[in-house]
Amino acid sequence: MTKTSSSSSSFKHRGTSGMKLIVPLQGVVQGKGGLFLGSIIPCVLFYIFQLYFKPRHRSSSPSSSTHNSNSKDKLSDISVLPLSLSRTLLSHTGSVFISGRANSLSRTGHSLYDVGLGQVAENPYHEIHNPDGVFHLGGDDNNLCMDLVQEWMEKNAMGEGRNFSMLNIGGIAPYQPFDGLMELKMGVAGFMSQAVENSVFFNPSQMVLTAGDTAAIEILSFCLADYGNAFLVPTPHSPNFAEAAKWRTGLEIVPVPCCSTDNFNLSITALDQAYNQAKKRGQNVRGIIMTNPSNTVGNLLNRETLCSLLDFAREKNIHIVSNEIFAGSTYGSEEFVSIAEIMEAEDIDRDKVHIVYGLSNDLSAPGFRVGVIYSYNLNVLAACRKLARFSSISTPPQQLLTSMLSDTRFIQKLVEINRSRLQKMCSALAAGLKQLGIECIRSSGGFYCWVDMSRLMCSYSDKGELELWDRLLNVAKINVTPGSSCQCIEPGWFRFCFGALTECDIPVVMERIRRISEATKS
Amino acid sequence: MTQTRKPTNLTRKQTNPSPSSSSSSSTGMKLIVPLQGVVQGRGGLLFGSLIPCALFYFLQLYLKRRRPDNPSSNPPTPSTSSPNLPDLPRSSSRSNFNTRGPVRLSKLATLISKPDDDSPYYIGLHRVAQDPYGKVENPNGILQLGLSDNKLCLDLIEDWMLRNCAESILGSGDDGVGLNIHGIATYQPFDGLEELKMAFSDFMHKVMGGSVKFDPSNMVLTAGATPAIEILSFCLADQGNALLVPTPYYPGFDRDVKWRPGVDLIPVHCRSADNFSLSITALEQAFSQARKRGVKVRGILISNPSNPVGNVMTQDMLYSLLDFAEEKNIHIIADEVFAGSTYGSEKFVSIAEIIDSEYIDKSRVHIIYGLSKDLSLAGFRVGVIYSYNNSVLAAAKKLSRFSSISTPTQRLVTSMLSDKRFIQEYFQTNQNRIREAHDAFVEGLSELGIKCAESSAGMYCWADMSGLIRPYSEKGELELWEKFMSDAKINITPGSACHCIEPGWFRICFTTITLEDIPLVIERIRRVVESCKSSS
Repeated sequence: MTKTSSSSSSFKHRGTSGMKLIVPLQGVVQGKGGLFLGSIIPCVLFYIFQLYFKPRHRSSSPSSSTHNSNSKDKLSDISVLPLSLSRTLLSHTGSVFISGRANSLSRTGHSLYDVGLGQVAENPYHEIHNPDGVFHLGGDDNNLCMDLVQEWMEKNAMGEGRNFSMLNIGGIAPYQPFDGLMELKMGVAGFMSQAVENSVFFNPSQMVLTAGDTAAIEILSFCLADYGNAFLVPTPHSPNFAEAAKWRTGLEIVPVPCCSTDNFNLSITALDQAYNQAKKRGQNVRGIIMTNPSNTVGNLLNRETLCSLLDFAREKNIHIVSNEIFAGSTYGSEEFVSIAEIMEAEDIDRDKVHIVYGLSNDLSAPGFRVGVIYSYNLNVLAACRKLARFSSISTPPQQLLTSMLSDTRFIQKLVEINRSRLQKMCSALAAGLKQLGIECIRSSGGFYCWVDMSRLMCSYSDKGELELWDRLLNVAKINVTPGSSCQCIEPGWFRFCFGALTECDIPVVMERIRRISEATKS
Repeated sequence: MTQTRKPTNLTRKQTNPSPSSSSSSSTGMKLIVPLQGVVQGRGGLLFGSLIPCALFYFLQLYLKRRRPDNPSSNPPTPSTSSPNLPDLPRSSSRSNFNTRGPVRLSKLATLISKPDDDSPYYIGLHRVAQDPYGKVENPNGILQLGLSDNKLCLDLIEDWMLRNCAESILGSGDDGVGLNIHGIATYQPFDGLEELKMAFSDFMHKVMGGSVKFDPSNMVLTAGATPAIEILSFCLADQGNALLVPTPYYPGFDRDVKWRPGVDLIPVHCRSADNFSLSITALEQAFSQARKRGVKVRGILISNPSNPVGNVMTQDMLYSLLDFAEEKNIHIIADEVFAGSTYGSEKFVSIAEIIDSEYIDKSRVHIIYGLSKDLSLAGFRVGVIYSYNNSVLAAAKKLSRFSSISTPTQRLVTSMLSDKRFIQEYFQTNQNRIREAHDAFVEGLSELGIKCAESSAGMYCWADMSGLIRPYSEKGELELWEKFMSDAKINITPGSACHCIEPGWFRICFTTITLEDIPLVIERIRRVVESCKSSS
């Protein structure tokens, strides 16, 4: 770090003063024995550089000219071998090469998110069977309306004597189009229109269905950016989002921080700043990926922001990927505006806008894993369709969802009840927290509360946040997602997912938080 | 990869002086002047200072080049925003210039968004989709013999579904399975439910000959075998590395391995003289040629039983293959999706069986399996990676989130695979029907004077039509293919799409049609054969 910054500033000086080029770094030390210092400083830096490399050599794994060995258990074997062994022999005794990308993947430990889920899976809370278990507020599921879905399935699709369309075996067993059945696309298009109160017509032929929304985002990233290109992503974003999007695509994520002072709303100024800084670093920014309604905070992007976002994308000639997986799970007074609605009005630059949608959340059907890419760019669509072969949805859930979506009366009821239950849970949770003196951001969509727990932290830092997360998980037995997992720049914020709770759970959760809160004060 | 690492340093240290970092630790030199190690003995102080200085100078020059020219009036304070202001008009004018062009897509998207005019395999699939054959609705439509569907046993599957579908998806009653789950139970791993993995391991045990145990913890389930191959390519090779693949091979490999993983496929040609079986000599040759070109070969991708030829690898071949991989220190990916669709006299031997019985480094062997072929459930998209390498498994598990199987399907398949009686019955019937169809087809073709390669598994005839093509080249082959397509209205796969080195071979899938349709297909082929003969 120091090296680059000093060198960069040096040449800037050089540019202005037109100094002689004999001694590097003279710029920095101009005027006072430049020759002498200008030699000493790079020498010292170089020495430090060597020192830095030495320990890294020791820790890195053994390798030979072409075949690198990577597993740690083999490392000890090799160091025991006599040194005289030829290099080729060494390479053969070492374990077989694994790609660098797989290596970095397999080595990264579990994230906090996974740790929390693991604890929940081991010891889940149950009112009667396991009252001391861990509460699941750290997931991404909405189970509030599962009873309705279950009931519908029993009554209509698969119950006794029902002739479920799935039994047309020719329609499910052989190969079907990788990008999804047309019938389901029509159903999804209708449902998406309904979610935005029919203000937009979605065209099924602009759709590609994938196995989940994460896969949809990955496929889009593959289409919009080359390896090493960058995307702007407003933070806080959903946990593990960045890592997942980066793994195979090689994307770089440029965070665009949103602050509590703005209620975590996206500001174009911050976007512009992040863009310019990325440019300065030499990054090639190819687009913006945003979530609307935001995952974590639950707020909506209003019409003005969307318009200025489009202007921004137009000015910089970059893409917009709008992740609208919670479009059907909005509540509250604010109106949800899809970017598609803005596109309806404007006819230009449609080829820059891509929408990602998912059915699992809004339909309370977790595990169905249906993601949707909706794009106005024909080339992107063509490419996505071909890439869908790597994450296509199996036919039984497609058929099941098709018949579910075609039952419009049920769907309407489901969406309505879902919204009201979400709102009820959200306000119950917020009210409970408020009684403890804990504030949260008013959410209008999704099934998360974004809670400010900074009061309960021992120190106002990332460390304090992790420490509090640990106490919540291990002492209070509540699994929540810390803001640092969501790349939030302010410590002390936590994401509470209430999609997996029931109303009678809330007092228990509050009681547990109260204990932590009291322990902090005393 | 370019870094020198520990063992090489160890050996080097004793023989010759080497880069400064390692030698400085070994010789215990004084630490005043960096790089002294390199220039030891001859004016170390002078050179040791000059060289880093010069390097530093170059670094600065390089950095300066990379940066766009700044208006020089700015003081170098990048942190404050005010100095950007004078830039603004300029940068916006530049971006205005940008907006005139269309927005950029990635190289991959630009490449693959073009229509499929490159491979007759995909062109054929498209044309069938536009004009499919139907016995009643469209008797003059194109017959699909180019896609690997198995429709011979759909009736059995349908029967089973009728009886069990609802129960297995919804769960019977309130026993906590099916969709009847609340809260926590919805946390489902992306790499597949444990129950399904258990069922899979039993199933594979049965399919792969009954002598090998498959450990559920070595499995990663994916949405079909296609993503399984892609994920393995990601894990075993880096961008620009290569895999050896015996030809003719399944046309889809090109997409699975090349597109997103960016891994190259190096063909290892097999010839009709050997009934298209692999030879280690050819493998050796391809490997050393690739090495000479500077390409790093990371593994061999085989399909066994082979798609398209339908032959199986002998036990000896598998041993030599393993030896080869061991010697070169590379991986073996064995695509065994046809393991259960055997009908010939030769017995299929899974590579799992070989490494089970021998002391061999298993960590280089990865098996791909799926239900698309053996259970005729292509639409279900259920595939599995079975690997003996823990790092690969760990990485594949993470990557499986991009191609996971939805839960209802997993439940359905779990109960289907656990129904031992059904599976037993299905396999027997399926193999009989495949044999029947195969025999009828081969006989029909031989009456027309068309020979097929010896095969004992799979759902294809690999037919030699080199007598019908003129000129004897890829061009002649594609002309014949076009004739089949537009005159005879059947879609088959030309050998060139499978990268076969000899022109005139075609892959014909005989399981997409019913037994009764076979005479119709043969009749249509006859028309083409006769027109070819009369014109010559």
